Amino acid sequence: MTARLQVRGLRKSFAGRPVLAGVDLDLHARESLVVIGASGTGKSVLVKCLLGLLVPEGGSIRLDGQELVGADRRTWEAARARMGMLFQGGALFDSLPVWRNVTFALTAGRRIETRAMRARAIAELARVGLEPQVADLRPAELSGGMQKRVALARAIAARPEILFFDEPTTGLDPILADAIDRLILDQVRALGASALTITHDLDSVRRIADRVAMLAEGRVVWTGTVAALDAPGHSLVEQFVRARPVTRHDPSPVQRG
Amino acid sequence: MTPLVTLLAAIGRGPLTLLADVGRMATLAATALGRAARPPWYLVQFLEQMLLMGWLSLPVVGLTALFTGAALAQQIWVGGSRFNAESTLPAITVIGIVRELGPVLAGLMVAGRCASAIAAEIATMKVTEQLDALVTLRTDPYRYLLAPRLLAATLTLPLLVAVANVIGVLGGFLVATTRLDFSAAAYLSGTARYLEWEDVRSSLIKAAVFGFILALAGCHHGLRASGGAAGVGRATTDAVVTAFVLILLANLVITVAVFGR
Repeated sequence: MTARLQVRGLRKSFAGRPVLAGVDLDLHARESLVVIGASGTGKSVLVKCLLGLLVPEGGSIRLDGQELVGADRRTWEAARARMGMLFQGGALFDSLPVWRNVTFALTAGRRIETRAMRARAIAELARVGLEPQVADLRPAELSGGMQKRVALARAIAARPEILFFDEPTTGLDPILADAIDRLILDQVRALGASALTITHDLDSVRRIADRVAMLAEGRVVWTGTVAALDAPGHSLVEQFVRARPVTRHDPSPVQRG
Repeated sequence: MTPLVTLLAAIGRGPLTLLADVGRMATLAATALGRAARPPWYLVQFLEQMLLMGWLSLPVVGLTALFTGAALAQQIWVGGSRFNAESTLPAITVIGIVRELGPVLAGLMVAGRCASAIAAEIATMKVTEQLDALVTLRTDPYRYLLAPRLLAATLTLPLLVAVANVIGVLGGFLVATTRLDFSAAAYLSGTARYLEWEDVRSSLIKAAVFGFILALAGCHHGLRASGGAAGVGRATTDAVVTAFVLILLANLVITVAVFGR
């Protein structure tokens, strides 16, 4: 099966320190892929490269076969029009009411079709379990969980084909994290989208992943199904899953569970 | 590295950093204006910025002009009386206000108010990933954030300076007619007789340049911010300092270019 998003040999470094040292990754249509890894292993850098927010130094990113590394601004704009992103902190625009945040991608930030856009925003907010009254509030007036829901509504409003989630449950209590995970899964299934989530949260991984990839030392060192997480056959994955120290570094570059 | 090389490197680092900063600001300005030439255009953001920079800066700019014009008139009268030149008070006041003090003081006051605000807003958006969010939501930050601010500041400052010039002359008028025995008619005719179109033109050109500079300094330092709240604070301070220095430098360059012959 051809991957919707195919990443090969992706490299990115900062001040001479390689963060991504040749990442290979496939994201298939209607698949929920979760990338796990310790802090500082480049998970967020990977997503920012896939969105064109950071320029990789080498490698290949193909979206339905079209090369994006080295592509011009218009090609990236067209690619990003098919993507949505939920940022770790929400990244809601403080200066705009919730409903303008939600419809931002539909208007590219212009103040047009106010009545229709407000109605659309209320419908999108309902999809993530928020009341219409929330539409006129400012992001600063919302709780952390409500901000995540609004950010999710904003990410899906333009019906993207690929959704990226950066630590979607960080800072939330377990009940709210569970609710956000279910929302993510429901929306991804409803849209028929592919999803790439980066997280530390193993409970979250088990709830939303079809497939899991482990990022370490700048590379994907293991991929497998959620079921394979319990017997991954890779010391770093075992350490991550069971939170136990590793006594031997596994020399195999990639293993598939 | 020998101590001599270390010393030379330390001396050279400052000018190199400054030149690199100026280069980055020029590139930023060219990119923002180039992108602003093509749609989508953000008229509402542009008008909002004009309101914030123009209307809301009017009280502070007006008070500054009023007090400075009044103090200037008093000083010119005291200085002029040393060689029996008190009658030149209206002419020197209006030339001083229109050519120099009006645009420079308005530029500095608006820079203090708006360059810092622009830098703080954009820096906060940067460190909270709102700028990245803009890009992922099909919106070009250059068009959405930078172009409206640059254009609004460039067009608003001349209007503000025109008002400041009038208020500054009014400050001189009030001191001259209430404390220095000038008649209103004599003061106003002295003001009108010596004010030339060249003075007004240079004042408005300076204002437009200062407006562009202060918005550019705010945008530049806002976009380069990093490191959370501390980074936002640094960006704000750097924006004001850069705007002040560049406004004073530009004032010298324009003054020499227009009146230096």
